[in-house]
Amino acid sequence: MKHASAFAQIEARGPGYAALVSILTVVLLAGLWAAHNMESQGHHITGMNNQVVWGIPHVFAVFLIVAASGALNVASLSSVFGRTIYRPLARLSALLAIALLLGGLAVLVLDLGRPDRLIVAMTYYNLKSIFAWNIFLYTGFIVIAGVYVWFMMEQRFQPLSKPVGFLAFAWRLTLTSGTGSIFGFLVARQAYDAAVMAPMFVAMSFAFGTAVFLITLLTVSCVTTRPVDKAVLDRQSRLLSIFVVAVLYFVVMFHVTNLYAAEHRDIVRFLLFDGDHPYAKLFWIGQIALGSALPLALLWTPRLSRSSIVRFVAACLIVLGGLVQLYVIIIGGQAHPLVLFPGYEVSSPFFDGEVGQYAGTVNEYLLGIGGVGLTVLVVALSVRVLPIVPKKPPAAPTDHAVT
Amino acid sequence: MNAGTQFADHARRRFLKGIGLTLGASIAPGALFVELARAKPPTEAVSNTNRWGLLIDTSKCTDGCDACVRGCNDEHGLDGKGRPATDAQWIRKLSIRQRSTGHRHSLPMLCQHCDEPPCVDVCPTGASFKRADGIVLVDKHICIGCRYCMMACPYKARSFIHETLRDQLPHAPRGKGTVESCTLCVHRVDRFGGDALPACAEACAEAGHNAILFGDLNDTGSEIAERLHTQGGRQIRADLRLNTGVRYQGIP
Amino acid sequence: MLLSSLLWAGCAAAESPLVPTPKKGRGDVCVEATDVMRRNHMEFILHQRDDTVHRGIRSSKHSFVGCIDCHRVQKTDGQLARFDEPQHFCSGCHAYAAVKIDCFECHADRPAQDKSSAARRLHHPSNSIVQTTWSLAEQADDRSLPSTVRADAP
Repeated sequence: MKHASAFAQIEARGPGYAALVSILTVVLLAGLWAAHNMESQGHHITGMNNQVVWGIPHVFAVFLIVAASGALNVASLSSVFGRTIYRPLARLSALLAIALLLGGLAVLVLDLGRPDRLIVAMTYYNLKSIFAWNIFLYTGFIVIAGVYVWFMMEQRFQPLSKPVGFLAFAWRLTLTSGTGSIFGFLVARQAYDAAVMAPMFVAMSFAFGTAVFLITLLTVSCVTTRPVDKAVLDRQSRLLSIFVVAVLYFVVMFHVTNLYAAEHRDIVRFLLFDGDHPYAKLFWIGQIALGSALPLALLWTPRLSRSSIVRFVAACLIVLGGLVQLYVIIIGGQAHPLVLFPGYEVSSPFFDGEVGQYAGTVNEYLLGIGGVGLTVLVVALSVRVLPIVPKKPPAAPTDHAVT
Repeated sequence: MNAGTQFADHARRRFLKGIGLTLGASIAPGALFVELARAKPPTEAVSNTNRWGLLIDTSKCTDGCDACVRGCNDEHGLDGKGRPATDAQWIRKLSIRQRSTGHRHSLPMLCQHCDEPPCVDVCPTGASFKRADGIVLVDKHICIGCRYCMMACPYKARSFIHETLRDQLPHAPRGKGTVESCTLCVHRVDRFGGDALPACAEACAEAGHNAILFGDLNDTGSEIAERLHTQGGRQIRADLRLNTGVRYQGIP
Repeated sequence: MLLSSLLWAGCAAAESPLVPTPKKGRGDVCVEATDVMRRNHMEFILHQRDDTVHRGIRSSKHSFVGCIDCHRVQKTDGQLARFDEPQHFCSGCHAYAAVKIDCFECHADRPAQDKSSAARRLHHPSNSIVQTTWSLAEQADDRSLPSTVRADAP
């Protein structure tokens, strides 16, 4: 049992912190300004159209939401699986999860055609819609993770943090499966309509969440006077590499299964081998080479993998690869034309039979990055205001299962 | 009164009762029939007694003709903004060419008014809904513009409104940030029932093709039901088992 | 001194140009009593929209298109006022009360301009009945209903 005095707010009175907060505020305001443009002038100023209806904002939003559920991993490892070595970092893990989810939700809501109708979205529910369930799951996650952090911070509630931790763990798996099922439940498109989307997203959440958490840990230990326990960094790096392999497994299974069926070969050809469109290049270079193979090489080379800088770079590459992966899934999946008449070439004034054209615009990128800015701002302010970051690592790391 | 008269009275009563029942039994279905064929008054709620649908005979479609499209656009004020990628289109003409044979064909594509609409399943607020009489609509009062229904529709029937609109037609309200699609001219159907003529069908008839037939699929006496019964019709993407309200003939 | 200035201000407010004085609609009476409408018009609108959209009930009494038609306001230049102009029946009060409404993002804020176009006519396919989207005000206005010419003009 740790006493509250093992944690403390970050002392951040210097100009560096003020500059950080200012920059993040500017990023956030730029995102809000972009959202205002989209709402007042309409979505015609974006690259999204009637063929590709979800774009860059959704890539960012889904990434942030998926990473949010994975960022809770460390807290779950300590509460649910009894890995006491992670105990000091559980608060930061839960806080990061909340911050990421807030950023993702903000982007998602601000991209709506009628964001002023958010209250409608929270009062009218079609319970057959996975989207409606996700609204419960996302808001519930924020509440549960918030209660989780609170119970961890308040000594008299600390024994309760374990059952809440269980709930948070189960909730986040449901949430991530729900996010994957947004695509998995769509019968219309060849790139979706697959049961594997839900578990693939769960694997992605492990990878992206751990990568973001590692970046946060390394940043915190670098810029503050609070070095993070080296054993934790070692384990998180190793786990990260395993999670990347898990994601690759699901990606391989998804595409190989589609390749096997004559009916679904088209989509694999389009996403992976069609040189006329950007998705194949993004997949092989962005997702596989830079996002998976290179980080794995870095994390598995013993000389390199011990360096914090190398780990930081590997984690950043995984984040980049994750964004590219979501771009290929979300935008590539929509760009592929709907097949209404197999064996026919189709054309129309409504772009039937044609690959959907999409190019992200400035407003969309600003909105997406604004969401990231919100996340980082929430973390930066919280560690300053609340006792989240541990003061120093424990003397000897233990790993027996102790509640 | 003697026993003979009593017996005669009794027999007469039975006979009259029998006649009455027979007459009643023969008229009653007709009375029911009249019930179905009568248009619902506009102040009465719709019910699943009716299921509105279209039968499109594509053998009467030609590649260059887009009368149905222009009719729909005029009826609902769908003036393009010069941005084809984002302009709304409720009905469009598809030109298809069979790869193996080179055979060409043309047909209109619109919301299929499915009985199991994927767009209704996925809408988070329930704005995309199927009415009791089978017409699939968007309640634009509660549409939040998330476009999930557009992702879900196998027919690309839905359009999102990407800009501020002005001068909407009174019977066709539409606005920025919401999703829309073919309404089967519900403003006409609600007033005229089975006698209604959606704008696409009307325009096609005026162009002399008569390829689009509107009617009540549940009414076995209606022309659409009879033609489907005798000639058959197919759904597009029948493999999805959506039980569409729009049926096609003549597609090779 | 303070009291008298307050009283004076109170009197002035009654004639203040800021307080809206909406123009009377067409016809003798509204479909509901004025004080009922003042307080509850939003209830009628909200209820009717669900009836119309979900249940296909087109009540000419509470028809929104009917409201817009009766409460049209003609400006001095002969044009009908639009929602973003102060003379519009709805925006006059709503701007004053600072209650934002979004009806006219989708709904037409004034009756359709062209009488003979398809916009204003919902004709019965037998061509024998022509029914506009509201009947009372229209009939009060036109001595004869629009002709049964089909609307494929210009």
